[in-house]
This record gives sequence, structure tokens and C-alpha cells, in this order.
Amino acid sequence: MKSRFGCLLLAACLPLPAMALTGEEVMKQSQAAFLYPGKDFKARVTMKLIGKDGGERVRELVMLRKNFGAPGGEQKYFMVFFKPADVKDMSFMTNKYPAKDDDRWMFIPAVNMVKRIAAQDKRSSFVGSDFTYEDVSGRDIDDDTHVIEREEKLGGRDCYVVKSTPKTADADFGHKLTWVDKANFLPLKEDQFDRKNAAYKAFSADEVNTIKGHPTIIRRTMKNQQTGHRTEAAYANTDYDLGIEDSLFSERFLRQPPRKWIE
Amino acid sequence: MLARLVFAAALLSAPMLARAEVTFSGFLQQNTAFNSREANPDGRHHKWLEERAQLKLDASDGAWHLLAKGDLAWDHLGRQDQSELRELYVDYTASHWDARLGRQVITWGLGDLVFVNDVWAKDHEALFSGRPMEYLKRGVDALKLAAYPEFANFELVVSPHFRESRIPDARRFHLYDPMPTVTTRGTVKPGQGDLGLRVYRDIGGWDAALYLYRGFQRTPSMRPDSMTAPTRITYFHPQLSVYGASASGRVGEGVLSLEAARYDSRQDRSGNDFAVPNSQTRLLAGYQFQPIEDVSLGFQYYVEHMHQYDAYRAALPAGFPVDRRWSHTVTARWTQFFQHQTLRLSVYASYNDGNGDGFVTPELRYSFTDKIWGAVGANLYSGKPSGQFGQLKRDDNLYLQMRYEF
Repeated sequence: MKSRFGCLLLAACLPLPAMALTGEEVMKQSQAAFLYPGKDFKARVTMKLIGKDGGERVRELVMLRKNFGAPGGEQKYFMVFFKPADVKDMSFMTNKYPAKDDDRWMFIPAVNMVKRIAAQDKRSSFVGSDFTYEDVSGRDIDDDTHVIEREEKLGGRDCYVVKSTPKTADADFGHKLTWVDKANFLPLKEDQFDRKNAAYKAFSADEVNTIKGHPTIIRRTMKNQQTGHRTEAAYANTDYDLGIEDSLFSERFLRQPPRKWIE
Repeated sequence: MLARLVFAAALLSAPMLARAEVTFSGFLQQNTAFNSREANPDGRHHKWLEERAQLKLDASDGAWHLLAKGDLAWDHLGRQDQSELRELYVDYTASHWDARLGRQVITWGLGDLVFVNDVWAKDHEALFSGRPMEYLKRGVDALKLAAYPEFANFELVVSPHFRESRIPDARRFHLYDPMPTVTTRGTVKPGQGDLGLRVYRDIGGWDAALYLYRGFQRTPSMRPDSMTAPTRITYFHPQLSVYGASASGRVGEGVLSLEAARYDSRQDRSGNDFAVPNSQTRLLAGYQFQPIEDVSLGFQYYVEHMHQYDAYRAALPAGFPVDRRWSHTVTARWTQFFQHQTLRLSVYASYNDGNGDGFVTPELRYSFTDKIWGAVGANLYSGKPSGQFGQLKRDDNLYLQMRYEF
């Protein structure tokens, strides 16, 4: 009697094949784990833009993010640049909405001006790096169809391999494969292919740390397979649930970012 | 001299600032602009030729913040007074209000090189002689108080001493002059200060703002002592009030900007004094979008309307150029990034249908490293000799900027 009960308990804890996730559900959970953990988030991001010849440029910024809803919902991003010198003190603010173009503002310290800027091209490069705006802050799940291609191990971790194909032709990639860690749903690897099916960009999660209970990718690389150019991003001082006020996301603080958040 | 004082003060206050978090930064810069068409009125061949060093000190301690930014310049064209205090201010930040006291750059409005509500001091000469963008603005000496209650944001600017915009130097630029034979000239600056109020908030996803300004025209007007036999011309800044509004929001794939202002020429509301600019309405509509990756395209349509046009025509002395009642200007800017945004091409063009005034400024800017960038560009003018840009037709120039930042 006792052993049968134990069996039942064990069975209840195991994912049942009949309840297997769809590709879309995997990507939704992945989005929640990758881009929505915590109520808010902060990191000091250092991006190294590395050319084929090894030449290096460094972009350094503080990134703050706050959720205004459930995973997949509205978010606000606030960024302040430190490097290179000619963009120092420049700041950016993005209001990200599901299924709608973002609102984006920038502060130009040289003329002390806040400007709303067009932001429909989410596939454009983020500060000249190999990451796009969507790679940094996420792509709408509904923009693609998602199918689980297979399940396999990557670096000793069980992964779903999800194939995502854009529903419209306005993306710069034809399709992509994402290796999603079954345990924490982080994307460990992503291979993007162009519309001619040639290898295009490759993302890898190089280091994962658990911060305040949230597994977090703190080092990542995006490499353009066609040009050989790559960008390595390191997230330092990463933290969650800091109590970032709603009022931070305003023209006032875009002009004068509060020191407590950008140190 | 002023800059040196600031540097000295900054160094002396360093121990007091020991508690604060202090950073130094700055740059070394070379800036050359040479004429591509004709020599200057003074016979020189450069619009600009200088080396410049800027030192910036940033100090923060709790709610306090100090910024000092000073330039030392070595001018090769005979001006010895180009060293300047660019900005020097102290900020105090409380939870729902803040204050900034000192020399500061203030920019209002939404225009791209078109100024409707940006009533604050500018340096037009900097724009026309190929200097980096930040030199387009001059600091004003003011107290800025800002309050952020729930329903709107308020910014009040009180300046005890009016600071004028800098206009191109007649030794370097071929400026239109209706009375070239009168060489005795002087400038009278307003003895008072000026003040402005900006109120802004989000309205249904649009950034909306109201602007009020009471002060003086930033660029001077000229008055001869006699119309029949003038011997002396006095430059002065007529009284001006501006009431304006702006809104910007997402429309279609881009950002639409709308701006309007009524310029109340308080010194001559009737429009009977030809030396004082007529009261005006200024309207601006701009649209900016990204047609392809790493490209931004912006268009503007700008209108000026003179309020007392009949009086203006009646008062205008014979031989003076006649402005239109309605003036229409269109502008376009193309900005494109290459090579991971280390190379930037930008072309700005402006055209006025009334006087054929045209201004084109292409620029190519490259970051050689993360600390060194250089730019090469041109300022090209066309139009009638009395127009804002047409008068500069002989002043076309090519420019180079090179900067090392630390």
C-alpha cells in the first residue's frame, strides 16, 4: 500500500508525456524566464564589439527594466551610457508593448534635449552591436510560429529545440532554432538562418548564474556567421526586485538619471 | 580668463568635494573650416581654425550635483576671446521638485535646426562654420526650478541677465547689410533678464507641452540714427513674448512632431516700426521614421506668418528687401549608420520657397577608436542676397573636426 502511494506521488511530479508543451508554450516560458523575471531588474552591461580582424570596441551602459504586467506584457526599459566617450551620459527610454510598436525616447546631453524617436525597426542593431533591439528586450511570441523540432542535450542540459518562423517577411531572418533549457527555460543557444537558409547569426549563453532565485544569463555572445563580427555582452551587478519607482521612466530622470540606479 | 578661473575654482574646491563622487573628463579638438568659394570679408580663407581643450568636472553628493565645463581655445584667426565657461551649475534634487542654478544649456521644442519654441540662446555662427553640434547652443545664466506634481511637470526658468544668441561675425561672413557705408555701430543689451515657463505631460500617449516666454529677441535688430543721413547704427534686442505649444507622438511607422507659437513683438505690436520684427505665428510639422535598418529620415514643414503685414509694408524704407506675409520652409534630414554605427552619414537640407533660401550640410563622421572621432562636412548656401542663407552664398565652406575624448 505504502509503495503504491509513493509511486503515485512520483508520477505526479514527473512531466507527463500527454501534457507535453507546444513550441509556443516553450517559447512563452522561455520569454518569461529570460526577459521577465522579477518585478524589476538592473545590470551594468559591457558589450565588446569584435571584428573579424580582432579589433574591439566597447559599449558600456546601465540597463534598468520594470515589468508592468504578466510575462509577455508591457515593460519599460531605461538605459544610461558610459562608453564610448562620445555617447557618455546619453540615455534611452523604451516603453515596450506586446503586439504594438514601442515608444522610444533619447536624451542628447550635447544640446540638453529629450527627443522621441521612431522605433518600428526592432530588428535594427542595438548600439552597433550584433544584438538587435529585440535580442535585448524580446520579440513578440506572436510574430513567429513555433514548433518543437526535437529534444536533445546541450552541454549536459536537456533542451527543447524550437524552430521559430516569422509569420511575415519583415524580419531579417528566415527562421531560427532555439535550444531552451528544460529545467529553467533559458535560451542556451540560438541559430538564426537567413531566408536562403544559410547560417546567419548565432547566440550562445556563455554563463548562467542564479540571482535572487532567478537563473540569469550573465555572459552571452551573438556572432554574425556571415561577416565574422561578434558581440560579447557581460551583465555585471545584476539584481532583481530593487523597487524601481514608476516615476523613473520619465523625461525628468532621462535628463538626470538618479545616481542610486546607475551606479 | 573666465575658464581659467573656473578651473582654478574647481581645483581649489577639490578637497571640499572629497566626500563627493567626482569625475573628470574632457577632450582635445581640432576644428578647421575653409572657404570653398570666396575669401572672408577680412581676406582670410578660413571660417574657423582652432585647437580647443575642454575639461568637465562632475561631482555628486546625495541630492547635490555640480557640473563645470570649460573650454580653452587657441584661435588662429585673430580672436583671443574664445576660451569660455560653457556650463557651471549646481543641482539640488528633492523627491517632487528640483533646482538648477548657474550657467546651463536649455533647449525647448521639437525642431531640427528650426526653432519655434526654443527661445534660448544659440550660436548661429557655430552652425555656419562647421563646429560640432553642441556649440549650436549657448548656456544661459539662470535659475531653473522644476516641480513634478501628479497632473503635470513644470519648469520655470528665471534669468537675471539676458544672454543673446551669437550671430555670424561680419569679418568672416558676407552678411547682408542695407547700410554698408555706416561704420559706426554699437550694441545695446537689455538691462533686464528674461523668464520662461514650460508645462509638459503625457496626453494619451502624446508628449504635450506648453511654453511661455517673456524676454527679448535673441538676435539683434538694427536701428540707424537717421533714415536720410545715417551716421550710426545701434543693435538692440526688441522685447518679445512667446506663447507656444508642442506635441509629439507615434503616427504610422514614425514620430510626428507638431509645434506652434505666437511671437508677440511687445515693442511694436502695431508693426509700424520697421526696425522691430513683426509679431508672428510660427508653425512646424515634422515626421521622422526609419525606412531601412540604420537609416533615419526626417522631414519638416515650417511656416512663419507676419501679423501686421500691411503696417510692415507701409513702414519699410525704400530699398529694403521685402519679406513675405507667409513664409514656407521645408527641410529633410537623412542619417545613415555604417560599420556597426562607427561611420555616420548625415545630410540636412532646407529650402524656403519665398526667397529661394537654401542650406545643405552633408557630414561624414567616423569613430577611429572609442576615443577618437573625426568628421568632414560642408555648409552650402543659396538664395537671394537678403535671405538668411542666401546672404551667405559666398561663404560656402568645408570643415573638419577631430576630437580625442578622455
